[in-house]
Amino acid sequence: MIYFTAVFAPLLGAMVSGLLGKWIGDRAAMAASVLGMLVAAVCGPLAWVLLEWGGAPAGVMSLGTWIQAGSFHVHWALRYDALSATMVAMVSFVSMLIHVYSIGYMAHDSFRRYRFFAYLSMFTFAMLMLVTANNLLQLFFGWEGVGLCSYLLIGYWYDRPSACAAAIKAFVVNRIGDLAFAVGVALTFLTFGAVGFDAIFSHLAQHQADTYHLLGASFRVYEVIGVLLFIGAMGKSAQLFLHVWLPDAMEGPTPVSALIHAATMVTAGVFLVARMSPLFNLAPGALAMVAVVGGSTAFFAATIGCVQNDIKRVIAYSTCSQLGYMFLGEGVAAYPASIFHLLTHAFFKALLFLAAGSVIHAMSDEQDMRKMGGLWRKIPITYVTMWAGSLALAGVFPFAGYFSKDAILDAALASHSAVGYYGYVMGILAAVMTAFYSWRLLLMTFHGTPRGDHHAMEHAHESPLVMTGPLMVLAVGALSAGFLLHGAVLGEHWQDYWRGSLMIAPANHIMTTMEQLPGWAVALPSVAGLLGIAVAYWFYWWNPMLPVRLATQFRPVYLFLLNKWYFDELYDAIFVRPAFALGRLLWQTGDATIIDGVPNGLADLAVDGSRGAVKIQTGSIAVYAFVMLIGVVALIGVFLIWG
Amino acid sequence: MNAAGFPVLSLITWLPLVGCGVIMTVRGDEATVASNARWIALWTSLIVFAVSLVLWVEWNPHDPGFQFMESLPWLPDYGVGYKMGVDGISVLFVLLSTLLTPICILASWESITRYVREYMIAFLILETMMVGMFCALDFVVFYIFFEGVLIPMFLIIGVWGGPRRVYSAFKFFLFTLAGSVLMLLALLAMWQYAHTTDIPTLMHTHFPAKMQFWLFLAFFASFAVKVPMWPVHTWLPDAHVEAPTAGSVILAGVLLKMGAYGFLRFSVPMLPQASAQLAPLVFTLSVVAVVYAALVALAQEDMKKLVAYSSIAHMGVVTIGIFTFDVQGIQGALFLMLSHGIISAALFLVVGVIYDRLHTREIARYGGLAARMPFYAFLFMVFVMASVGLPGTSGFVGEFLITIGALHVNFWLALLGSLGLILGPMYTLYLYRRVIFGRLTKPDLRGLLDLKPREIAIFAPLALLAIWMGVYPSSFTRFWEATVTQMVAQHQQAMAAPPLLPPKVQLAEATSR
Repeated sequence: MIYFTAVFAPLLGAMVSGLLGKWIGDRAAMAASVLGMLVAAVCGPLAWVLLEWGGAPAGVMSLGTWIQAGSFHVHWALRYDALSATMVAMVSFVSMLIHVYSIGYMAHDSFRRYRFFAYLSMFTFAMLMLVTANNLLQLFFGWEGVGLCSYLLIGYWYDRPSACAAAIKAFVVNRIGDLAFAVGVALTFLTFGAVGFDAIFSHLAQHQADTYHLLGASFRVYEVIGVLLFIGAMGKSAQLFLHVWLPDAMEGPTPVSALIHAATMVTAGVFLVARMSPLFNLAPGALAMVAVVGGSTAFFAATIGCVQNDIKRVIAYSTCSQLGYMFLGEGVAAYPASIFHLLTHAFFKALLFLAAGSVIHAMSDEQDMRKMGGLWRKIPITYVTMWAGSLALAGVFPFAGYFSKDAILDAALASHSAVGYYGYVMGILAAVMTAFYSWRLLLMTFHGTPRGDHHAMEHAHESPLVMTGPLMVLAVGALSAGFLLHGAVLGEHWQDYWRGSLMIAPANHIMTTMEQLPGWAVALPSVAGLLGIAVAYWFYWWNPMLPVRLATQFRPVYLFLLNKWYFDELYDAIFVRPAFALGRLLWQTGDATIIDGVPNGLADLAVDGSRGAVKIQTGSIAVYAFVMLIGVVALIGVFLIWG
Repeated sequence: MNAAGFPVLSLITWLPLVGCGVIMTVRGDEATVASNARWIALWTSLIVFAVSLVLWVEWNPHDPGFQFMESLPWLPDYGVGYKMGVDGISVLFVLLSTLLTPICILASWESITRYVREYMIAFLILETMMVGMFCALDFVVFYIFFEGVLIPMFLIIGVWGGPRRVYSAFKFFLFTLAGSVLMLLALLAMWQYAHTTDIPTLMHTHFPAKMQFWLFLAFFASFAVKVPMWPVHTWLPDAHVEAPTAGSVILAGVLLKMGAYGFLRFSVPMLPQASAQLAPLVFTLSVVAVVYAALVALAQEDMKKLVAYSSIAHMGVVTIGIFTFDVQGIQGALFLMLSHGIISAALFLVVGVIYDRLHTREIARYGGLAARMPFYAFLFMVFVMASVGLPGTSGFVGEFLITIGALHVNFWLALLGSLGLILGPMYTLYLYRRVIFGRLTKPDLRGLLDLKPREIAIFAPLALLAIWMGVYPSSFTRFWEATVTQMVAQHQQAMAAPPLLPPKVQLAEATSR
């Protein structure tokens, strides 16, 4: 019941504020929405504590039938196990903080605010449905629900063309992944005759040798399902090739970026792979793909993050890169490490975004770091919390990232596989860059000479408590979450914590071997982080002209990174413009000229013919007669052939 | 005599004509006649809807056969009779027709000002024809209703339509008639073979494979135009653009389902071998429709054309589902037909709302309506999401079941057939963005008013249905579960012993692949 309340309280809040907001007013709508979230934020973590330490039994709470067609049965249900409960606790808690923060952040917005809070609560509900799903289809329900809310929130300021474009882009790019996901779910049903997790996992052994023919070759069916589901995950979690929507999604209000595009929704792909871990364990090819894509994204996104000037975009690429780490961990079957990083990342990345929001708030909506600088005296609380978040992100002991990110890198190295080594190298390089761009951000924003216009700097002020409060709570989380939880989640008794909700193949001892690496390997990620920080100080503290010189000297490289490897331009030229052009061509040439040419020509022919021969007939009757004639001919033809 | 205790199907079918009779007796000045005609038509259609709910309540979900049967001798010497009945495949379409008719009448309340009496009569006749078509269990009766639908629809487009209404009306009439003539031939051939036009009997008649092939093509010509399948779809955008709002609603909501219904009623059960043999052709045309229509929709500048092309794309998915001969595929097709009946009807009504206010369908003339019409924007979003198949709305259930069915056939059919998942949001969200989002700059948009109570009454049932069908679809699938299961079993039985095909036919099949 507690669990049920945690999931449905946000829905209630969303419905009250969304449907009645127009009549009850913004304040009441906001109160309803935040209240719903507060209830969820008490119930969610409570349910988690009860499961892990209070002896509450795991189980499934059925809510009713959903789809029933022949042998295809799907039920609405809430799954209560270690993985789901952990996610529910994190999602409801972080979401609550962001709701509270939004009260302050959106206070001066020109739009009616009930809409914003309704979307935010609706999103939380969809995310909770996603993580508590007991079957792939309900997971897909939540998956698409968060996609819808993300679309609505990115386009929240609908009078800005860029926001509308970004919203559509996010939805459509996600749908590319979703297509693979949907086919993957259908293939799962064809293989197992069910889409419920328990039914799938209990029949894994039976279908292990099944094959599926595709492209003239035959693959193990688990590999095909794994790859399809992972393509879905790539869309949602903004992995390489399908990442293009995430940076643009920063058009939404900053709390949205924090909640949806950092802490929760984008991690849904990581969650999906973890949830399906028993199947992925039997699909080594798909897992290798997960690792390669994850490692590549970690590196690729970090390179772009190093040169961006928009404070939110830097953090957005950082998110992309960190998601890459999570997939890398899953690719070498270290699921607990990935989920652990997901949790700590939720805290420190939400923190970074909210702190960035506080900076933007202070600077009267300025987002360009080149126009900031010297802010630390004006907004000290934001400054300190931003440090906490950056330390956690860079993986400095004893902050959260040190425990979770390093665990992933250790696992990649300990896997002793080609993809693991590849991921490790990419991950170490990305770690240097992560620390670099984090401190670049800190130094450009808070130190140096103020570069903003005089007016904005005059007005720069610390945010109200309703905004700094959540920042401080998250900062405490970023500081302590890794330290407090790593023993339970990752330590030698990790199985006691996860209780079978994350499965690693019995022959795979990754969780043990990653603890037994040589000293240099354990130290390397930390060294990489410190190196990145040092470089950032060298570039932006001691020698501020150096980055400018480098940018001029290696201009093509700089432009290549600044323009995000030209992915947008490429996709626009390959997909978007041709689609529109083809649409026009098919319409004007295909439909109007070719297809309609035939009946219009026939009609003209008949009309002309009848006019010439029989003056009294009207064109339409002639056409009728003509059609009848064709019919008679066909009739005769048919009977002749039978004869 | 049946579960309802009275001839409910005939009552639903013929009651609208009684309403017509009442409307014709109205006398007085023009305004009085118009007002009375509206009210009489509305009450008639509401009563018909209420009566039709008997089918919902009294339905026996365990009976795969026809229910509420009625039978009267008509031309017994020729094996022709007046026979009515509904099974799982048709019953919900009867309800869809009786639901959409009052909605259409309400939607025409203010927008139709000329010949109101005649308009209402045309709509009530149309209802009779539609319901009769779904209930008919005799091929001759079916054919009469099937063709009869054309006449009121032709008049609605041709008299109350837009500037190019005459061209569109003729195009609509001729395209559909051309196909129908061939169906008449098929009817004659079947009658000649089986000496009856009784549909249940024909369903158990085994036609020789060669004959099946030709019969299938004849039916196909008729139903493919109605669906409409690519490349005989071009009448649809023109008809929609010129038709009045309510005409578009009924056209998209019910008339497009007639083709798909025909496939399920005749082609698949009566001609199993030919259906299986020509399924690759259907799949090819359907996949082309899914991609082609979606791309064309992307390029549209006219709102109604855009929605019309989206209908073509969705119906392409439906035909894929039907020809998978799979329990999930066919149920998905039925569900998507029903869902599309609700959603496309709603989308045309959505367009109608702003057309009534500004008298233009050009997308570029709008922009930023969210600021003036928030409730309208909200409802529009609900239907857009249902149209792109968001889980939790009606659109998803059908599309996903069809994906399963298609995957039974092969991987690429499932993947290509589901491309609408990507293309759908492209054109609908692009439309939504251009109409609803953006800054409200155009001066004539500033005075727009949000939905009136009458308009809310039109949209509320459709929005609730779209969500109800998405969250608890079992209350709809229970109607056809037994029928479809039996149909698929019979199809598999028929296919178990495939007769030899003449070489010429095999060649035709090979070229169609």
